[in-house]
Amino acid sequence: MIEARTATAGERHMVTGDYAAAWGAMVSRPQVIAAYPITPQTMIIEHLAEFLAAGKLDAEMMRVESEHSAMSAVVAAEATGVRTYTATSSQGLALMHEPLFISPPMHLPIVMSVVNRTVASPLGIWVEHNDTMPQRDTGWMQVYVEDAQEALDMVLQAYRVAENPSVELPMMIGMDAFLVSHTIESVDLISQEAADKFLPPFKPVHAYLDPERPLVVGAAAPPEYIQEVRWETDLRMRRAAEFLEETDREFGRTFGRTYGGAFETYRLEDADAALMTLGTVTSTAREVVDRLRGQGERVGLIKLRSFRPFPADRLQDATAHLKAFGVYDRAVSYGVGGPSYIEARNALYDTTTMPILGFLAGLGGRDVTPQDVELMFKKTLGAVGRGRRASGVHWIGTRGVSP
Amino acid sequence: MTTVKDLPQEDYFLSGHTACPGCGGAMVVRETMKVLGANTVVYMPASCLLIFSDMYPYNAFKVPSLQVLFETSAICASGIKRALKRQGKDDVTVVAFAGDGGTADIGMQALSGAAERNEDILYVCYDNEAYMNTGIQRSGTTPFGAWTTTTPLGGTSEGRGKNEFKKDVPRILMAHDVPYVATASLGFPADFLRKLEKAKAKKGFRYLHVLAPCPVGWRAESDTTVDLAKLAVETGIFTLMECEDGVLTLNREPRFTPVREYLKLQGRFKHLKDDQIAAIETWVKEKWERDRALAKALGPKPKVPVAMTK
Repeated sequence: MIEARTATAGERHMVTGDYAAAWGAMVSRPQVIAAYPITPQTMIIEHLAEFLAAGKLDAEMMRVESEHSAMSAVVAAEATGVRTYTATSSQGLALMHEPLFISPPMHLPIVMSVVNRTVASPLGIWVEHNDTMPQRDTGWMQVYVEDAQEALDMVLQAYRVAENPSVELPMMIGMDAFLVSHTIESVDLISQEAADKFLPPFKPVHAYLDPERPLVVGAAAPPEYIQEVRWETDLRMRRAAEFLEETDREFGRTFGRTYGGAFETYRLEDADAALMTLGTVTSTAREVVDRLRGQGERVGLIKLRSFRPFPADRLQDATAHLKAFGVYDRAVSYGVGGPSYIEARNALYDTTTMPILGFLAGLGGRDVTPQDVELMFKKTLGAVGRGRRASGVHWIGTRGVSP
Repeated sequence: MTTVKDLPQEDYFLSGHTACPGCGGAMVVRETMKVLGANTVVYMPASCLLIFSDMYPYNAFKVPSLQVLFETSAICASGIKRALKRQGKDDVTVVAFAGDGGTADIGMQALSGAAERNEDILYVCYDNEAYMNTGIQRSGTTPFGAWTTTTPLGGTSEGRGKNEFKKDVPRILMAHDVPYVATASLGFPADFLRKLEKAKAKKGFRYLHVLAPCPVGWRAESDTTVDLAKLAVETGIFTLMECEDGVLTLNREPRFTPVREYLKLQGRFKHLKDDQIAAIETWVKEKWERDRALAKALGPKPKVPVAMTK
């Protein structure tokens, strides 16, 4: 760890996901960082404080008294025209819920790493996506990563997408608690020079607070004006999908790594049945796909990365040949099912009549084993040819309830 | 030192705003902006001020302004200032105007945090002693006995107005050891202007708590705003003080006009019984004993004898 803290940029080092995210933030040159500590996000802001103390990071760092203030501080700083960064988890994101709504209509491209963690009750510190997914309708873009390298790379990509003048929306990057945040992996720590080439300095093009050019940012508005603001924000979210793809391709040209844009596919082309996963379960699911393929089962995988904007059009095309589709979620909308299952069903309603199954597993941070994922594939394969009536939500590995 | 007569003609908070007649809050903002001038950025929370100054497509401020949330005045002003500093515009004054609800109640956490970090902002609380924008609900700074829509009158002990005394926000801020904490009253404009100028000139966290009568909420005539602000001081109910770099000064020894003179001008107190008025009189007496003791304890520091510096 100590070695990693003094790592030379642009080399591979063994670091945690939190370190990788902090590194990504540092080389993105945010001018104002505001954050409040919460497990398992803490190491991100600790490392940023170390970078600052060592003179490697040049920024205003606000060690604020709550997550509500952390988000409000970066909103105000971004509204003044500088690039900002923050990070949080779980209850911290829940406390940010109110200020989250502010930046999308205001065109403030804030970037935030969120270490996905269970939201109480019961209190838990392990991975669950019930912190970020309920923030779906705030107007923030949401991307989920699988490992430490992606946690770093996505910070740079996030700024490129968020600050695009056609988008100007904030983005949160979800990374699984401990499985990404605290797991030590070999990571290419992108050099400042390379990062600067990919990510130019931030120049606000619309409203920002400057006594030389007085204007109102925020304000109150009567019904005559608010609906147009909602429409325009919706438009930018729809546009963002295109720039997400484009940015990932350009990242690939610069750094030699791409992630497939809104989603990545694995052995999908000739599959009969496929599973969609997001986060770290994807790594397990790839192994399971290989094993089942070895047994002659025609299965494939979609690693969903972008939950907002949701890649409905691309998903329609990518799944057109499938006979059954399963969607895995690490969060539940009580009484309905997993949030990405709901999204997928909505997206595919117009183009397919195949069964779409929802799977809930690993809630509260429980391990999702290869056997669990295999069961998801088996259930999906079992639904082939049975039409929409074979759809439904399945709890996997619930003690006393389901296998 | 500026006197009222020396104030610039130019306004940065303009007429045409939609505040009620006699609004103390609007007067606080107008005077403050005259002193702060053009090189200023304003933050305001959800409040009367926001509604009467910045309801799209209208704007009463001649300087840039930001609105985010109710409880975020201190933190957003801090965020603006940090960003301006990064842009090489550290000379810009960042001021937050918030009411008593946004300050003493829901905004207290962010206020305390910003004060503790000594953020370089000026925070002006215009205290009209209730949630006036939402329709006169009691706040932490509503005085004892006052009628509000959430402390209505009725036949029980719950129906005698507010049962608690006013929260002393300046004293809370003083406990943060910030460079400047002061109170002011619209009834004493020279004192208010002097404090504004001092607050503008200082670096670090500065807090001004200004009594801003609200004729609508106080159930008073709209031409009594300044009189009420004066009487609040002269009865001893509102103390004019300033705490500069840890040295506390009481700025005016009141005449101690009977509190009934102040209370009787306001419909919100008209139901008060003698025992409640006696409680207010006792509260004033004890407050002055405490404030005097505090001023003595926090007065100018004696020079440290040479022998003790070794």
